[in-house]
Order: sequence, then structure tokens, then C-alpha cells
Amino acid sequence: MTRTAYTGVPRWLYVLAVLAALVIVLPLLAIVSRVNWGNFLPLVTSESAVTALGLSLRTSAASTVLCIVLGVPLALVLARGRFPLLGLLRSLVLLPLVLPPVVGGIALLYTFGRQGLLGGTLDVLGFQVAFSTTAVVLAQTFVALPFLVVSLEGALRTGGQKYEAVAATLGAPPGVVFRRVTLPLMLPGLASGAVLSFARSLGEFGATLTFAGSLQGVTRTLPLEIYLQRETDPDAAVALSLVLVAVAVAVVALAYRRPRSVARQASGERTTAAAPAGGNVP
Amino acid sequence: MTFSYHAAVAERGFDVALDVAPGETLAVMGPNGAGKSTLLSTIAGLLKPDTGRAHLDGRALFHLDGTTRRWAPPHSRGAALLAQEALLFPHLTALENVAFGPRSRGASRRAAEGEARRWLAEVEAADLAGRRPAELSGGQAQRVAVARALAADPALLLLDEPLAALDIHSAPMLRRLLKRVLAGRQAIIVTHDVLDALMLADRVAILEGGRIVEVGPTRQVLERPRSSFAAGLAGLNFVPGTLTANGVRTSQGREVYGHLEDAGQVRAAGRPGVAVFPPSAVSVFVTDAHGSPRNSFAVAITDLEPHGDQIRVRAGGMAADITPAASADLGLVPGMAVHFVVKSAEVSVYEA
Repeated sequence: MTRTAYTGVPRWLYVLAVLAALVIVLPLLAIVSRVNWGNFLPLVTSESAVTALGLSLRTSAASTVLCIVLGVPLALVLARGRFPLLGLLRSLVLLPLVLPPVVGGIALLYTFGRQGLLGGTLDVLGFQVAFSTTAVVLAQTFVALPFLVVSLEGALRTGGQKYEAVAATLGAPPGVVFRRVTLPLMLPGLASGAVLSFARSLGEFGATLTFAGSLQGVTRTLPLEIYLQRETDPDAAVALSLVLVAVAVAVVALAYRRPRSVARQASGERTTAAAPAGGNVP
Repeated sequence: MTFSYHAAVAERGFDVALDVAPGETLAVMGPNGAGKSTLLSTIAGLLKPDTGRAHLDGRALFHLDGTTRRWAPPHSRGAALLAQEALLFPHLTALENVAFGPRSRGASRRAAEGEARRWLAEVEAADLAGRRPAELSGGQAQRVAVARALAADPALLLLDEPLAALDIHSAPMLRRLLKRVLAGRQAIIVTHDVLDALMLADRVAILEGGRIVEVGPTRQVLERPRSSFAAGLAGLNFVPGTLTANGVRTSQGREVYGHLEDAGQVRAAGRPGVAVFPPSAVSVFVTDAHGSPRNSFAVAITDLEPHGDQIRVRAGGMAADITPAASADLGLVPGMAVHFVVKSAEVSVYEA
């Protein structure tokens, strides 16, 4: 672990690595360089900007809650369930990750829209989903759910089911095992998954525009506002973009900070239990 | 108030039947992959066998045959499992861990914690109550795990090599503790250590290749082993074959002379029997030695290894313990042809 330790990385590789880092960092620096700092505050506190930011935060929070409520059961079933077509279901759930968001928006339109699969039924019940704030939340949930499910399923798989098995032999019925063992143990994975989902929801653009439109105060979230302002007031677009960059930086810092709560205790417990057995391992 | 069990798992070649009397501790021993974990998993309800039935104190744990498919879930079985790893819930304190069983049974928080404190005191871990599992050593964690299993008030306690992960300093203490808490308790303990079987168990069952090859009171199994695994545990040479008038004839036709343990055995000639003798009774000669009633086996040395202050010579599936000086005098090396000589008076012969 010393600075002189052998790394095995050839020198020319550093050149490419720096190039790769620049691909990501340079555009961010470009935004910062173009910010009109003199007008920054008025630009980001204009009425339309504040409305859009408020709508973005509210819808993203709602879709994150929806992702948690629906994603936790789905991740558990994918990680531990045993039934045919499980593999197919897992691939389908990942689809929104690779699908162009605009395609997702069209798909949602033909599901919940007036002419859509469920549109007629919802109409009868008095719900009009398309081009409403609900549509924004649905679009965000559609694109963000896989983030939560993937990170949670990974955490559940590496954790295994040993603790659940022990809890059951101690007399805990499945409901108690879920509430007192599974849920607390998955909390770190759930937290980072939720943060990622929130970030993805906040940045949602394509599916929202297609499925929900761009009505100020109803469906025009911050990314849509930025896109709109870009044509009329580039300075405002840049300033609002910087706001989203700042939020993204905060989210990444939150999601990828060294996990130190339950997860580390879990691995720590395992290490202490296993350490004596591994005494002969160099 | 007994435990009876019979189950088969075709995929693993597992077919085992056994009983545990009230208050009895049964040790299960056998080589790796013999089916010891399968046995515990099916009892705990974590693995479903293909067929079989098990009853604990009159309740059916499972009953699986062509028509009946009864399978009680793990939480309703009253069979707590203590594994090699302590597996304490990392997000709960030691006290909350021990209170988990009582809480799951529906006890109030206060009552459950009272019970947990009592069990922590019982395993001499009362001072660890407020600690998180990450702050416990391996031995401390396993003590808390013992308290947690006992606090669940199991009708049958399952122990899966509970001492295997502990270092040599904490294992003796936990073994003492287990001896105290297992007294008068119905339990099955899977172990690799013959000391566990001697100290903790009333009976021992030897499991090999998914079958029970031998079962009996621990002392009897170790003194008069009927399986090569049990003989290995007891540190004895083991020669199976068929009984003759004055010994055993192996399948290769080798005659082993010894003294018959049971008077009635003369009539048992032709039945399966075993000849058993300690490595210390074997002398090693370079040339064939004849004389008083003794066995002389021509063998080739496979291995030489230190054994206490002796040298253990392995050859022909047998072992001989000789002094280092004798080994040097004879110039023993692996591959060398020698004679293993045992007085017939030192060889026990009995029906298998």
C-alpha cells in the first residue's frame, strides 16, 4: 500500500486515461466558463425557473417514493424468487436503461393515453393521466425504476440469505424476517438506489416531453425549462444547467461515498467470525 | 418427547434415518460431503427432501411421500440452528440479537429483553449486551449466538460445527459452555472433532456417502469402531473382512489373527468382521520375523510423518508408531518394502 508499490500500469495508458477524464470533465468546465455570474441569481430565481425547479423536486420525490414501494418487492423477487421466465423478467426490467427515453414516452402514451391500453379504463374511472403532473411522475418512475432495482438486487445477492435462514429457525415468520432482518440489511443498498433514482428522475427529459408535454407549472420540469430557455435566453439555460450539475455532483457524492453504516458492520461481523478459521491463510 | 427422522435427497445420494431421545445429544461425524449439512438443513426446514418424514415431540416437521406433501415452514419447527459462523444480525446489539427469538414468539419488548439478559448471563456475556456484532471477537460472537439460539427455546437444537471457526483459545471455553447448556437438552451436533463427540454427545452417528454407517454410544463407537472413519477418529488401525475361527480374512485374502472380543463369536465365522489395533502395537522390520503368535504384513511405505515424539509410518492402509531412533536405524524411506508385525494379542476382532 506504499506509494512505491508496483502498479503494473504502462505509462502510455495514463495518456488515454487523461483523455477519457477530459471527455467528461471538459464539457462541465465549459458550462462553468459560460455562466453569466453577474446575472446568475436573478436568472435562477426567475418565476418560471423556480416553478420548474419546484415541480422537478416534487415529481422526482414522488417518483422516488414510487420506485421504492414498487422496486423493493421487485428486487427481492428477482434476487430470491425461483420461477420460470425469471431471467426474461430481469432483462425486461432493465430495458428502460438502454431504451431511448422518447421511445419510453411513446410507450407510456399508448398505455395511459386516452387512446391507450389502459386509457379507456382510466377515463371511465375519471383519471386523465397523459399531459398531467401524474404523467411526469409515471415517466420518471419508468426510467428510474431499473436503477433502484439493479443496485438493490446486487446488494441482496451479495448479502445472501444466511441471516434470513437463521431468523426463521429462531421462530420468526416471513413477515417478521422481512421487517426486522431483510429490510434493515438492505438499507444501505436501498439508500444509494433511491438517490440514483432521484437523480435519474430529476434529469428526465425525453419521456416526460413525449408523454406529459411542457405545460408551465404542470409538466414543465427543469430540464424542459432549460431546453425551452436555450432558444430565447441562453444565459438562463446555462445558469439552470449549472444548478442541475450541482445537484448531480451532490447526488453522486451521496450515492458513492464509502458506505459505513450497516453494510460495513455486516462485513465486519463476517470478518471477525471468519478470521480465526482463516488463521492459516497468509 | 422424541425426535424421529427419515429423509432422502436423491440428487445428493442422501438417505438417512435417525432418532434422538428426550434430553439426548447426538453427535454426527463424517468426512466432507457426507451429507451432514443436508441433514441439518432438512431438519431446520431450509432444504426440502424428496421423500421422508420427521416428527418432533409429536408434531410433524415434514411428511413427504407419494400422496402426502406436508412441509412445516422453518419458523414453526422449534429447531434452532447454530452455525459455524455466529451470524449475529449486524444491525442489532447483542441483547437485541438474543431477544430476537422471544420477540418473534410474541413476547413484549420488556419480557424479551429480560429473557435475553438471563441467557446472556448464562453464557457469561452479560457485559456484552450493548455491543454490536462488529465489536465482538469471534468467540464472544459465538457465545452470544449460543444465547440467541437457546433464548428461542428450541425443542431441538441444531449445531453445525459451532467450534470450527474459533481460534484455539476460545474453542475450549465455548466447548465447556456447550457442555453445560446441552446437558439434558435435545440436540444434534455436527462436528469434525472427536473431543466434541466425547465431551458433548451421548451417542455418535457416523455419516459416510449420505448413509449412516455406524451409530452408538460415543465411547463404544470409539473403542470398538465398525467403520474406517470411526477408527480413524479413534486413531486405530482398521482391517475389515470376514470372521474366521481366530481372526479376520480380508477380501484380498490376507489373514489377521487376533483375540475375539465376544465369546459367542466362534460361531459367527463367515460373517463380516473387523480387526482393530493401535499403531503403537505395530513394529516395523526390514526382514520377515516369525515366532510367537503374531501377524506379519509385507507392505511398502507410503508416508513418514512426525506424530508427537514418535514417527508414524504409513503403509498398506495401516499405521505404525516407532521412535525416531528406530526409524533412523532401519533407514526407512517412502517406497521401501518392510514388514508390519503385530502380536495377535494386541488385535481386537469383532463382528462388524
